[in-house]
Amino acid sequence: MAIQTFPRLRNFLVWGAIALSIAVPLGFAATSPLLAWRGPAYIVAGLAGVIAMALLLVQPLLATGHLPGLAGPRGRRAHRWIGGILVLMVVFHVAGLWITSPPDVVDALLFASPTPFSVWGVVAMWAVFATAVLAALRRRLRPLSWRRAHTALAIVIVAGSVVHALLIEGTMETISKAVLCALVVAATLKAVADLRTWPGRTR
Amino acid sequence: MTDAILTRRTLLAATGALAAAGVSGIIVPARAQAVPATPSMRGGSNNYLPGAPIVERIGGGGFWMTGTVRRAGDGAPLAGQRIQIWAHTTEGNERDPWSHGATLTDANGAFRLEMPQIVPAFGQPHGHLAYDSGDFKTVFLRPVMDSASDTSLHADFVLQPA
Repeated sequence: MAIQTFPRLRNFLVWGAIALSIAVPLGFAATSPLLAWRGPAYIVAGLAGVIAMALLLVQPLLATGHLPGLAGPRGRRAHRWIGGILVLMVVFHVAGLWITSPPDVVDALLFASPTPFSVWGVVAMWAVFATAVLAALRRRLRPLSWRRAHTALAIVIVAGSVVHALLIEGTMETISKAVLCALVVAATLKAVADLRTWPGRTR
Repeated sequence: MTDAILTRRTLLAATGALAAAGVSGIIVPARAQAVPATPSMRGGSNNYLPGAPIVERIGGGGFWMTGTVRRAGDGAPLAGQRIQIWAHTTEGNERDPWSHGATLTDANGAFRLEMPQIVPAFGQPHGHLAYDSGDFKTVFLRPVMDSASDTSLHADFVLQPA
């Protein structure tokens, strides 16, 4: 029996699945034993990173109107707001790390870090900022140029963030982190396929 | 055919190069530095505090940082060399002065200093070590632990005169 026959059950399951995929990794990170040996700025920085990753799961679902109750213009408005929060989370993440250990953050920003994951994170950070600038200039761009640029940047953000997170030994628990990353990649690929941004495909 | 000639030429050149490499390989090692100097690692000097005091132990201990200090070239052990050690541990982060301490190498060029357990920070469980006393060129190391549950970490210095 198709689940579409029971829209309320379907909505409940969709929101439940999303809540669970975000709450489980966030819960593990918020109770990590490593937090006992970290200062407040470092704790905030880490959690801001986890929240940013969780938002990357919601963004493609909002863009394609897959979230019950948030299809169409409402979903796109939410997508813009969450994009702004994402920028804020990245700023908290980097600022908190800077307070904790300035030279490590300087190395990362200059691509001179000994840790490969920081390169992925910094590339994703610039892609997030570039997306924000692009979104602000959106009305001056041709709609197709905007969509292509946004899609390309979104792919860089997701790929960079996922590799960044997976290579880090930190407060996130390994399995819940891997599951969240897999869901983010799947949701992004689905959105890119659904939105048909690239030429060679008929609308 | 041109192809055949080129191939033969390439083969001759390659054989010649190989023979030359082989011969020089036999001659050169006698003059080469047997033990090359250790280069500083990327990020090794991060949160370094020059002049950290020589201590019996950093904080409460429970974790061992070990290593050796030798001279470049002949590999002779260097006694009495000051090595500074710091890390993000259960008792403080890298910027806290009490996370830092120094020790001296023994007659065999070996050092070991007890310190609090290193915990993962900035993505990896790692320690920092510095040789920065002037007689030899300064070297900063940043070894990474194989596992966060390890209770020791090892780092070797090979120093060249300043």
